[in-house]
Amino acid sequence: MGESGRKLIDENGLRIDGRRLDELRPIRMEVGLLANADGSAYIEQGKSKIIVAVYGPREVHPKHLGLSDRAIVRCRYHMAPFSTQERKSPAPSRREIELSKIIREAFEPVIFSEYYPRSMIDIFIEVLQSDGGTRCAGITAASLALADAGIPLRDLVASCAVGKVEGRLIVDLNDEEDKEGEADMPVAYIPALDAVSLLQMDGQLTEEEFVEALKMAKEACMKIYQMQKQALKQKYVEAKEAVEEQE
Amino acid sequence: MPLLVERRQLVAPGDLLAEGEYLAGDNAYKDDGRIYAQRLGLADVRGKRVSVVALKGPYMPRVGDLVIGRIVDTTLGGWIVDINSPYTANLSVSDVMGKSFSPEMVSLTKILAIGDIIIAKISAFDRTRDPALTIKERGLGKVEGGVVIDLTPTKVPRLIGKKGSMINMIKQLTGCEVIAGQNGKVLIKGRNLKMVELAIHSVRMVEEQAHTSGLTDRIRKFIEEKK
Repeated sequence: MGESGRKLIDENGLRIDGRRLDELRPIRMEVGLLANADGSAYIEQGKSKIIVAVYGPREVHPKHLGLSDRAIVRCRYHMAPFSTQERKSPAPSRREIELSKIIREAFEPVIFSEYYPRSMIDIFIEVLQSDGGTRCAGITAASLALADAGIPLRDLVASCAVGKVEGRLIVDLNDEEDKEGEADMPVAYIPALDAVSLLQMDGQLTEEEFVEALKMAKEACMKIYQMQKQALKQKYVEAKEAVEEQE
Repeated sequence: MPLLVERRQLVAPGDLLAEGEYLAGDNAYKDDGRIYAQRLGLADVRGKRVSVVALKGPYMPRVGDLVIGRIVDTTLGGWIVDINSPYTANLSVSDVMGKSFSPEMVSLTKILAIGDIIIAKISAFDRTRDPALTIKERGLGKVEGGVVIDLTPTKVPRLIGKKGSMINMIKQLTGCEVIAGQNGKVLIKGRNLKMVELAIHSVRMVEEQAHTSGLTDRIRKFIEEKK
């Protein structure tokens, strides 16, 4: 049951926002919108809105933090005070510190950090408006920002959550489904390596449900992955078309 | 063993480029017999070598590169220079002054002040230490005038063109001096303000349209029309 006591899945098998069980929210991605950052991206996934900036590789300060064989990767996931219903303190919370760490670890397998020893790569994820699934959308957008910064990557990382609501598995949970549902499992997937670089779960799933949920998450990630590729190429395709039109 | 991309096709990181007996060139990597792109760019195939001409990326110093840098600090024996790369470069006094330098007599900032722009060459660089610069050759040293504009470092070869075709054309048509640092800094010097503006605009065109073909002709047309 939802907040107002209404059902989260109606008799037609549709969710509170009218989606089917395996349907993603509408997603919009934009790349390279910040002039000061080396790479940047913006994502809207349903009502969640996130902006990501990437700096680097750049000099490490203080210098002793640098590693002699590879670049260090730092990540800050942060929610703006105005991103939630109730004002959120701008100081990093326990949750944000944890997410920063796991998001960084989700990217470590794809970044060729050994190309840039004694340097650092900074990823800043700023949640402007939160409606669930922000860590996943943050990872999706951060992949784009890293690629936009020209940092060599094994692949883009795509991310999406799968959860359980009223006994049924659903893809890409929004805030209410996350809070009222029985389980939530965010997954980050690297298609070229066929590897999962982030997997968390709260709530409970049976073994069969878990296997099915992972399958659904991969499928959802592949859909997002296609959108990421398109968003990256978009700007260049448009510039090329504009030139060809002139002639 | 198929090749999965055409030459000059736009690819993104993780795009599968080829399978089998191919070799991974620049901005590409091989994993389990498959070659993938590392960066957003244009695919390039030379024989068995599949590479990507990157559209964006940081500048990695290479010995012999001409760079345009800015003095950011002085040390006991030289200057620290920002060369628009993950590493700052060092310029040693002995390289500028010869042996006659005595620190108690001359202040380093009298020779090159913080904020000064220099044209230099990378004389030494390996992964363990910051790059060293030299300004001993002809044409190198402090920049006394002109405009420095930014270009994505990976697009510098495009600005220069095949055997300098693009940059020479811009120089010839505008009458400006155009010096392209490999680190993505371009120095433009000229007497005629309008021509300088045209040269700047041409570099901007390279930035925006580096991935399209027929760019040299388009820029030539642009300059001739506006002249």
